[in-house]
Amino acid sequence: MKVGLFIPCYVDQFYPKVAIATLELLESLGCDVHYPLNQTCCGQPMANSGFARLTSACDANFMHNFQGFDYVVSPSGSCVLHIKEHLHSEKDAKTANILRGGIYELTEFLTDVLKVKNLPARFPHRVGYHMSCHGQRGLGLSSASEIVGKPFSKPLQLLNLVNDLELVTLKRNDECCGFGGTFCVSEEAVSVKMGKDRVADHLAQKVEYIVGGDMSCLMHIEGILKRQKSTVKILHIAEILNSK
Amino acid sequence: MNATVAQQFKLSHSDAAEEFNIDEPRVNWHDEALWFVREKRDKAVKQIPEWELLRGVASDIKDNVLTSLDVYLTDFEANAQRNGIKVHWAADADEHNRIVLDIIQKHGVQKMVKSKSMLTEECHLNPFLEKNGIEVVDTDLGERIVQFRDEPPSHIVLPAIHIKKREVGDLFHEVLGTDAGADDPQYLTEAARQHLREKFLLADLALTGVNFAIAETGGFVVCTNEGNADMGAHLAKVHIASMGLEKVIPKAAHLAVFLRLLARSATGQPATTYASHFHKPQKGQEMHVIIVDNGRSTQLGRKEFRNSLKCIRCAACLNTCPVYRRSGGHAYHNAVSGPIGIILAPNLDMKKNVDLPFASTLCGACTNVCPVKIDIHNQIWQWRQVVTQEAPVDFTKKQGTHLMNTVLSNPKIYRLAGKIGRKTMRFAPFLVNNGLNPWYKQREMPEPPKESFREWYVKNKKAP
Repeated sequence: MKVGLFIPCYVDQFYPKVAIATLELLESLGCDVHYPLNQTCCGQPMANSGFARLTSACDANFMHNFQGFDYVVSPSGSCVLHIKEHLHSEKDAKTANILRGGIYELTEFLTDVLKVKNLPARFPHRVGYHMSCHGQRGLGLSSASEIVGKPFSKPLQLLNLVNDLELVTLKRNDECCGFGGTFCVSEEAVSVKMGKDRVADHLAQKVEYIVGGDMSCLMHIEGILKRQKSTVKILHIAEILNSK
Repeated sequence: MNATVAQQFKLSHSDAAEEFNIDEPRVNWHDEALWFVREKRDKAVKQIPEWELLRGVASDIKDNVLTSLDVYLTDFEANAQRNGIKVHWAADADEHNRIVLDIIQKHGVQKMVKSKSMLTEECHLNPFLEKNGIEVVDTDLGERIVQFRDEPPSHIVLPAIHIKKREVGDLFHEVLGTDAGADDPQYLTEAARQHLREKFLLADLALTGVNFAIAETGGFVVCTNEGNADMGAHLAKVHIASMGLEKVIPKAAHLAVFLRLLARSATGQPATTYASHFHKPQKGQEMHVIIVDNGRSTQLGRKEFRNSLKCIRCAACLNTCPVYRRSGGHAYHNAVSGPIGIILAPNLDMKKNVDLPFASTLCGACTNVCPVKIDIHNQIWQWRQVVTQEAPVDFTKKQGTHLMNTVLSNPKIYRLAGKIGRKTMRFAPFLVNNGLNPWYKQREMPEPPKESFREWYVKNKKAP
C-alpha cells in the first residue's frame, strides 16, 4: 500500500516530532510511506481569510506532489477537511477529484482503512482528549454532542487500545478551543478566553497530557498552558499511538 | 441607547468582544447561562428518536417554500383577505414603518403594545414611532427590560440574557418603584406583570410578530411563553402582525413539524406555553398583516445564501456558539446576532457588517443544532469570500494574505521563510515575543525546533 504522507506546514516547521511519529506509526503498520519533498501548505489559511480565489498555486503544488499514491494520509483533521472540501483544478479536475476522495486523516485511516484492532503502544498517564472541530464535525471522526444518534469516536477507539492509558471525561467534551486559524489573532480576546476555558476543563480533571489530532489547536492550548506555567503537556495522538 | 451600547455599536465585533472580556467572571456567567440552555435543548431533542429526520423534513418543506415563495405568499394574501384580514406589502424597513404609522394615525392611536418581533427590531420601528409621538410598550418581559435600559436585545429569544437579576432589581427600583436592593425573580416579575397589565388595558393597538403564516388558511401563528401576544391582540381594537416574507408555510399540517422543532431548539421546552392561531379579526376589531421584504428577495437570489431564509429564529445557533457566548449579542451590532446574524447581516449592509463573517472559528456547532438544517458555518465561510471582494477590506490584510500565499505556495520560498522564522525565534525571540504580536499577548509562542521535518527526513530517510 503506497501512502503519500502530507505534513501540514506548521507541523513541518514547529512539530517535526509529530510528523516523525506519524511516519513511524504508518511504517510499523506495514505501509509503504513516501514524503514528497516539495509539499507546502493546503491553502486553508488564505481560503479561511476570504481569499480562496488565491489558492490555485497551493492546489497545483499539492496535486503535483500527491498524485499517484493509493492514499494520502495526514495527521491533521483541519487540513484534510480543507483538501476534501476545496481542492480544485480547472486544468485537471479528474486528479483533483481523486485526491479529494483519497485523502485521509490519520485516525480514520487507521480505523477505517487499516482496520487497526490492536497496538503495542503503552502510555501510563492521565490523558484528556481535545476533539478538534474540523475533524469531528467536518470529517465525522466522532459523533457531536448536538446530534441525536449513536455515540462513536475513531480517535478514542484507538486510544482505548493503548495500554495503561487513563482517559478522563470532560465537562464539555466537544467545545471549540478557539484557535480558528487567523481568528486566533483577529479575535484575540475571545480566542484566548475559549482556550482558557478548554484548558480549565482538562485541568479540573487533573490530566497530565492534553492530546488531540490537530497541532494547530494544541499549539494554541500549549501557548495558554505555558503562560499559566502549567506542567501539563500537549501531545499529538500519533505520538501516543507510536509510544512504546 | 445608553453610552456603552452606543459605543459598542460603533465598534467592530472583535473590539466589542475585547471590551466584553474585560470582566472575566461576567463572561463566565454569560457563557454558563447560555450553555445551560444549550444542554436543556440537548436533553429535549434526545427524547425524540426521529429528531434528525424531523430536521430534514423541516428543511425540505422550507426548500419547497423558497422555490415557490411567490405562489405561497399570494395564496396566503388571498386567503387572509377572504378571512377579513387587511394585507400590506412592504419592500423595505421604511415602508413597513410608514404602513404601521398610517394605521396608527388612521385610528388616532396614542398608545400601543408590542410583543416580541425581531423584524420590528430589524426595521428600527420603536425609535421611528417614538419620533412620531407614539408610546410603544414592549410587553415581553425581557424586551421590556432592555427597552427600559434603552438598548437593543442581545439575543433573539432571550433579549435580556446579558443582564443579571440584581441589575434588573436596580432598574425596576428606578422605573417601577420596587424595593431597593430587591432581586427576587418572582417579586420582580410580579411588579412587571402589574405594570404591563395597565399598559395592556390602555392600549388601542397591539403589534405582534408572526412565527408561521399558513398559505392554505390565511391564518398565522404567534408563539410566546408569556401570553403577551394574546393579551395585547385580544384587548386592542387594532391588531397588526408584521412578518418577514419567508415566514409562510404551505399547510397547517406543517405546523406539526415546526412547532415540535421550535421550542425544543430554542429553550428545550416541548412546546412554547402559547402557540396562538389567528385567523380573522374579532367583531369590531381590525386585523392587519404586513409582509416585509427588506432584503430577503435579494438574499433569495444569492445561491449560496438563500437557505438562510429557512431560519425560524429559534436561537439554538446562538446558544451553542462558543464565540457568541463569550462576546455577547451586542458585539454583533445587528438586530439578529450570533451565527445566523453573521449570515443575514452582510446582505442588509455589507460595508457595516464586513467584520461579522470573521467572528467565527467555523467549528460547525451552529449547523448541527439548526432545526431547519441551514449550513450556517459554510455560509459564514462563503461570506468571507464575498466580503473580501465586494466590501472594502483592510489594505494590510489584503497584502498580508497575498504575501502569505506567495510563501505558502512556493516550496523554495516556504522552506527559506521557515528556516529564517525558526532561527529568528530561537536567537532573537524578542522580535516575536512582544506587544505587537497578538498571539503573544496571552499565549507563549511554540518552541521552534532546530530542524524541520523535511530537514530530518532528508537526513534520515530519503532513499539514496
